[in-house]
Amino acid sequence: MATDISGFAALADPTRREIYERVAARPSSVGELAAGLPVSRPAVSQHLRVLKDARLVADEAVGTRRVYRADPEGLAMLREYLDLFWRRSLDSFAAVAEETFHDHPDPT
Amino acid sequence: MTTPTRPETAADPTSVSVAVDVAAPLEHVFDVFTLRMDSWWDPDHHMLEDTAEFVVEPWVGGTITDVGPAGERCTWGRVLVFDRPAAFAFSWDISPRWEVETDPARCSEVHVSFAAVDAGTTRVTLEHRHLDRHGEGWAAMRDSVGSPDGWGSNLRRMAETARIPVPIVDREVAES
Repeated sequence: MATDISGFAALADPTRREIYERVAARPSSVGELAAGLPVSRPAVSQHLRVLKDARLVADEAVGTRRVYRADPEGLAMLREYLDLFWRRSLDSFAAVAEETFHDHPDPT
Repeated sequence: MTTPTRPETAADPTSVSVAVDVAAPLEHVFDVFTLRMDSWWDPDHHMLEDTAEFVVEPWVGGTITDVGPAGERCTWGRVLVFDRPAAFAFSWDISPRWEVETDPARCSEVHVSFAAVDAGTTRVTLEHRHLDRHGEGWAAMRDSVGSPDGWGSNLRRMAETARIPVPIVDREVAES
Protein backbone atom coordinates (compact mmCIF):
# COMPACT_ATOMS: atom_id res chain seq x y z
CA MET A 1 0.00 0.00 0.00
CA ALA A 2 2.72 2.46 0.93
CA THR A 3 4.54 3.94 -2.01
CA ASP A 4 8.29 4.14 -1.85
CA ILE A 5 8.71 7.89 -1.53
CA SER A 6 11.06 9.78 0.74
CA GLY A 7 10.24 12.82 2.82
CA PHE A 8 12.35 14.81 0.39
CA ALA A 9 10.38 13.76 -2.65
CA ALA A 10 7.12 14.31 -0.83
CA LEU A 11 8.06 17.89 0.06
CA ALA A 12 9.58 18.71 -3.33
CA ASP A 13 6.12 19.49 -4.70
CA PRO A 14 5.16 23.09 -3.80
CA THR A 15 1.50 22.28 -3.20
CA ARG A 16 2.39 19.35 -0.96
CA ARG A 17 4.85 21.54 0.92
CA GLU A 18 2.10 24.10 1.42
CA ILE A 19 -0.30 21.41 2.64
CA TYR A 20 2.36 20.02 4.96
CA GLU A 21 3.08 23.45 6.43
CA ARG A 22 -0.62 24.07 7.01
CA VAL A 23 -1.13 20.71 8.65
CA ALA A 24 2.02 21.25 10.75
CA ALA A 25 0.68 24.60 11.90
CA ARG A 26 -2.79 23.27 12.67
CA PRO A 27 -4.37 19.81 12.40
CA SER A 28 -6.94 20.03 9.61
CA SER A 29 -9.48 18.07 7.61
CA VAL A 30 -9.37 17.68 3.84
CA GLY A 31 -12.20 20.18 3.50
CA GLU A 32 -10.46 22.80 5.60
CA LEU A 33 -7.28 22.43 3.57
CA ALA A 34 -9.10 22.55 0.23
CA ALA A 35 -10.99 25.69 1.27
CA GLY A 36 -7.74 27.60 1.68
CA LEU A 37 -5.98 26.32 -1.43
CA PRO A 38 -6.58 26.64 -5.17
CA VAL A 39 -6.83 22.87 -5.58
CA SER A 40 -9.74 20.43 -5.43
CA ARG A 41 -10.57 18.19 -2.51
CA PRO A 42 -9.57 15.05 -4.42
CA ALA A 43 -6.22 16.67 -5.20
CA VAL A 44 -5.71 17.55 -1.54
CA SER A 45 -6.58 13.96 -0.61
CA GLN A 46 -4.02 12.66 -3.08
CA HIS A 47 -1.31 14.96 -1.70
CA LEU A 48 -2.16 13.91 1.84
CA ARG A 49 -1.83 10.27 0.86
CA VAL A 50 1.70 10.91 -0.43
CA LEU A 51 2.61 12.83 2.72
CA LYS A 52 1.18 10.03 4.82
CA ASP A 53 3.13 7.37 2.95
CA ALA A 54 6.29 9.44 3.54
CA ARG A 55 5.35 9.49 7.23
CA LEU A 56 5.23 13.26 7.27
CA VAL A 57 1.58 13.41 8.27
CA ALA A 58 -0.67 11.12 10.27
CA ASP A 59 -4.46 11.03 10.34
CA GLU A 60 -7.09 10.14 12.86
CA ALA A 61 -10.87 10.03 13.00
CA VAL A 62 -12.41 12.80 15.11
CA GLY A 63 -16.14 12.19 15.18
CA THR A 64 -17.22 12.01 11.56
CA ARG A 65 -14.16 13.88 10.32
CA ARG A 66 -10.70 12.67 9.45
CA VAL A 67 -8.11 15.09 10.78
CA TYR A 68 -4.57 15.25 9.48
CA ARG A 69 -1.65 16.36 11.61
CA ALA A 70 2.12 16.44 11.17
CA ASP A 71 3.68 13.11 12.09
CA PRO A 72 6.03 13.91 14.98
CA GLU A 73 8.53 11.34 13.68
CA GLY A 74 8.88 13.12 10.34
CA LEU A 75 11.45 15.75 11.21
CA ALA A 76 12.28 14.41 14.64
CA MET A 77 15.93 13.74 13.99
CA LEU A 78 16.70 17.16 12.56
CA ARG A 79 14.82 18.79 15.41
CA GLU A 80 16.64 16.74 18.01
CA TYR A 81 19.98 17.59 16.48
CA LEU A 82 19.32 21.33 16.26
CA ASP A 83 17.71 21.40 19.68
CA LEU A 84 20.93 20.03 21.17
CA PHE A 85 23.05 22.32 19.01
CA TRP A 86 21.20 25.43 20.15
CA ARG A 87 21.06 24.41 23.76
CA ARG A 88 24.78 23.87 23.82
CA SER A 89 25.39 27.10 21.94
CA LEU A 90 23.11 29.17 24.20
CA ASP A 91 24.76 27.65 27.24
CA SER A 92 28.14 28.78 25.96
CA PHE A 93 26.69 32.12 24.86
CA ALA A 94 25.25 32.87 28.30
CA ALA A 95 28.59 32.11 29.95
CA VAL A 96 30.46 34.41 27.55
CA ALA A 97 27.90 37.22 27.87
CA GLU A 98 28.10 37.07 31.66
CA GLU A 99 31.91 36.90 31.76
CA THR A 100 32.37 39.80 29.36
CA PHE A 101 29.87 41.90 31.28
CA HIS A 102 31.61 41.31 34.60
CA ASP A 103 35.00 42.05 33.03
CA HIS A 104 33.87 45.17 31.21
CA PRO A 105 30.46 46.34 32.37
CA ASP A 106 28.76 48.51 29.80
CA PRO A 107 28.32 52.13 30.89
CA THR A 108 24.58 52.27 31.47
CA MET B 1 22.75 31.87 34.07
CA THR B 2 19.85 29.49 33.72
CA THR B 3 20.49 26.30 31.82
CA PRO B 4 18.85 26.52 28.39
CA THR B 5 15.43 24.98 28.31
CA ARG B 6 12.96 24.01 25.69
CA PRO B 7 9.78 25.96 26.30
CA GLU B 8 7.02 23.52 27.16
CA THR B 9 4.49 24.09 24.45
CA ALA B 10 2.55 22.22 21.80
CA ALA B 11 5.63 22.07 19.64
CA ASP B 12 5.51 23.05 16.00
CA PRO B 13 7.11 20.01 14.38
CA THR B 14 8.93 22.23 11.90
CA SER B 15 10.76 24.31 14.48
CA VAL B 16 12.84 24.06 17.64
CA SER B 17 12.72 26.58 20.45
CA VAL B 18 15.27 27.15 23.21
CA ALA B 19 15.39 29.85 25.89
CA VAL B 20 18.00 30.98 28.40
CA ASP B 21 18.20 33.67 31.08
CA VAL B 22 21.49 35.56 31.08
CA ALA B 23 22.74 37.57 34.08
CA ALA B 24 23.66 40.68 32.09
CA PRO B 25 21.75 43.70 30.76
CA LEU B 26 19.78 43.67 27.53
CA GLU B 27 22.06 45.72 25.27
CA HIS B 28 25.17 43.83 26.31
CA VAL B 29 23.49 40.46 25.73
CA PHE B 30 22.26 41.52 22.30
CA ASP B 31 25.72 42.76 21.29
CA VAL B 32 27.50 39.59 22.39
CA PHE B 33 24.98 37.44 20.55
CA THR B 34 25.04 39.36 17.30
CA LEU B 35 28.52 40.83 17.01
CA ARG B 36 30.64 38.31 18.89
CA MET B 37 29.14 35.10 17.62
CA ASP B 38 32.59 33.56 17.25
CA SER B 39 33.12 33.88 21.01
CA TRP B 40 30.35 31.43 21.83
CA TRP B 41 29.52 29.40 18.73
CA ASP B 42 30.37 25.71 18.98
CA PRO B 43 33.78 25.37 17.23
CA ASP B 44 32.82 21.88 16.05
CA HIS B 45 30.17 23.49 13.89
CA HIS B 46 31.98 26.16 12.00
CA MET B 47 31.60 26.13 8.25
CA LEU B 48 35.35 26.35 7.67
CA GLU B 49 37.95 23.88 8.89
CA ASP B 50 39.44 26.63 11.03
CA THR B 51 37.38 29.76 11.62
CA ALA B 52 39.21 32.81 12.95
CA GLU B 53 36.15 35.02 13.22
CA PHE B 54 32.51 35.46 12.35
CA VAL B 55 31.58 38.63 10.53
CA VAL B 56 27.96 39.71 10.97
CA GLU B 57 26.90 42.73 8.93
CA PRO B 58 24.54 44.43 11.38
CA TRP B 59 21.75 45.42 9.03
CA VAL B 60 18.84 43.75 7.24
CA GLY B 61 20.22 42.19 4.09
CA GLY B 62 23.69 41.88 5.58
CA THR B 63 25.52 38.58 5.59
CA ILE B 64 26.98 36.26 8.18
CA THR B 65 30.38 34.94 7.15
CA ASP B 66 32.96 32.63 8.65
CA VAL B 67 36.45 33.98 7.98
CA GLY B 68 39.44 31.66 8.20
CA PRO B 69 42.99 32.48 9.35
CA ALA B 70 44.19 32.90 5.75
CA GLY B 71 41.24 35.11 4.86
CA GLU B 72 39.09 32.39 3.28
CA ARG B 73 35.41 33.19 3.60
CA CYS B 74 32.22 31.19 3.82
CA THR B 75 28.93 33.11 3.88
CA TRP B 76 26.14 30.96 5.30
CA GLY B 77 23.48 33.37 6.50
CA ARG B 78 21.54 36.50 5.64
CA VAL B 79 20.40 38.97 8.27
CA LEU B 80 16.59 39.15 8.23
CA VAL B 81 16.01 41.31 11.31
CA PHE B 82 18.46 43.53 13.15
CA ASP B 83 16.55 45.49 15.76
CA ARG B 84 18.90 46.32 18.64
CA PRO B 85 18.35 45.32 21.39
CA ALA B 86 15.07 43.43 20.96
CA ALA B 87 15.31 41.13 17.97
CA PHE B 88 17.73 39.44 15.60
CA ALA B 89 16.93 36.98 12.86
CA PHE B 90 18.95 35.34 10.15
CA SER B 91 18.57 32.75 7.47
CA TRP B 92 20.20 29.39 8.01
CA ASP B 93 21.73 28.66 4.62
CA ILE B 94 23.21 25.43 5.90
CA SER B 95 22.08 22.00 4.80
CA PRO B 96 21.77 19.16 7.30
CA ARG B 97 25.05 17.90 5.82
CA TRP B 98 26.54 21.10 7.25
CA GLU B 99 27.28 22.53 3.80
CA VAL B 100 26.22 25.90 2.39
CA GLU B 101 22.72 25.78 0.93
CA THR B 102 22.46 28.06 -2.10
CA ASP B 103 18.70 27.66 -2.72
CA PRO B 104 16.83 30.12 -0.45
CA ALA B 105 13.75 27.87 -0.65
CA ARG B 106 15.74 25.20 1.15
CA CYS B 107 16.96 27.46 3.95
CA SER B 108 15.45 27.71 7.40
CA GLU B 109 15.37 30.75 9.69
CA VAL B 110 16.64 31.51 13.18
CA HIS B 111 14.66 34.11 15.13
CA VAL B 112 16.08 35.40 18.39
CA SER B 113 14.30 37.73 20.79
CA PHE B 114 15.79 39.53 23.77
CA ALA B 115 13.75 40.76 26.72
CA ALA B 116 14.75 42.31 30.03
CA VAL B 117 13.54 40.18 32.94
CA ASP B 118 14.95 42.84 35.27
CA ALA B 119 17.78 45.40 35.06
CA GLY B 120 20.46 42.74 35.27
CA THR B 121 18.84 39.74 33.62
CA THR B 122 17.95 39.15 29.99
CA ARG B 123 15.87 36.34 28.58
CA VAL B 124 16.99 35.09 25.19
CA THR B 125 14.48 33.02 23.23
CA LEU B 126 15.64 31.35 20.06
CA GLU B 127 13.40 29.68 17.51
CA HIS B 128 14.81 27.81 14.56
CA ARG B 129 11.87 27.77 12.14
CA HIS B 130 10.84 26.10 8.88
CA LEU B 131 13.06 23.07 9.28
CA ASP B 132 10.92 21.20 6.77
CA ARG B 133 12.45 23.38 4.06
CA HIS B 134 15.60 21.27 4.36
CA GLY B 135 13.75 18.48 2.60
CA GLU B 136 16.59 16.91 0.70
CA GLY B 137 19.05 17.20 3.50
CA TRP B 138 16.61 15.67 5.90
CA ALA B 139 16.43 12.53 3.75
CA ALA B 140 20.20 12.46 3.32
CA MET B 141 20.65 12.89 7.04
CA ARG B 142 18.39 9.96 7.74
CA ASP B 143 20.44 7.82 5.36
CA SER B 144 23.75 8.86 6.88
CA VAL B 145 22.84 8.13 10.47
CA GLY B 146 24.60 4.78 10.45
CA SER B 147 27.89 6.09 9.06
CA PRO B 148 30.81 6.83 11.42
CA ASP B 149 30.67 10.57 10.71
CA GLY B 150 26.93 10.66 10.24
CA TRP B 151 24.31 12.47 12.19
CA GLY B 152 23.93 9.68 14.69
CA SER B 153 27.48 9.90 15.99
CA ASN B 154 27.45 13.68 15.84
CA LEU B 155 24.22 13.75 17.79
CA ARG B 156 25.58 11.37 20.39
CA ARG B 157 28.73 13.46 20.77
CA MET B 158 26.64 16.58 21.22
CA ALA B 159 24.41 14.85 23.74
CA GLU B 160 27.44 13.80 25.75
CA THR B 161 28.76 17.33 26.01
CA ALA B 162 25.45 19.17 26.35
CA ARG B 163 24.36 19.98 29.85
CA ILE B 164 21.41 17.97 31.01
CA PRO B 165 18.55 20.44 30.86
CA VAL B 166 16.13 20.97 33.69
CA PRO B 167 12.67 21.23 32.16
CA ILE B 168 10.85 24.35 33.26
CA VAL B 169 7.31 25.14 32.24
CA ASP B 170 7.50 28.72 31.10
CA ARG B 171 4.27 30.04 29.64
CA GLU B 172 5.69 33.45 28.97
CA VAL B 173 8.35 32.01 26.70
CA ALA B 174 5.98 29.53 25.14
CA GLU B 175 3.67 32.30 24.03
CA SER B 176 6.34 34.44 22.47
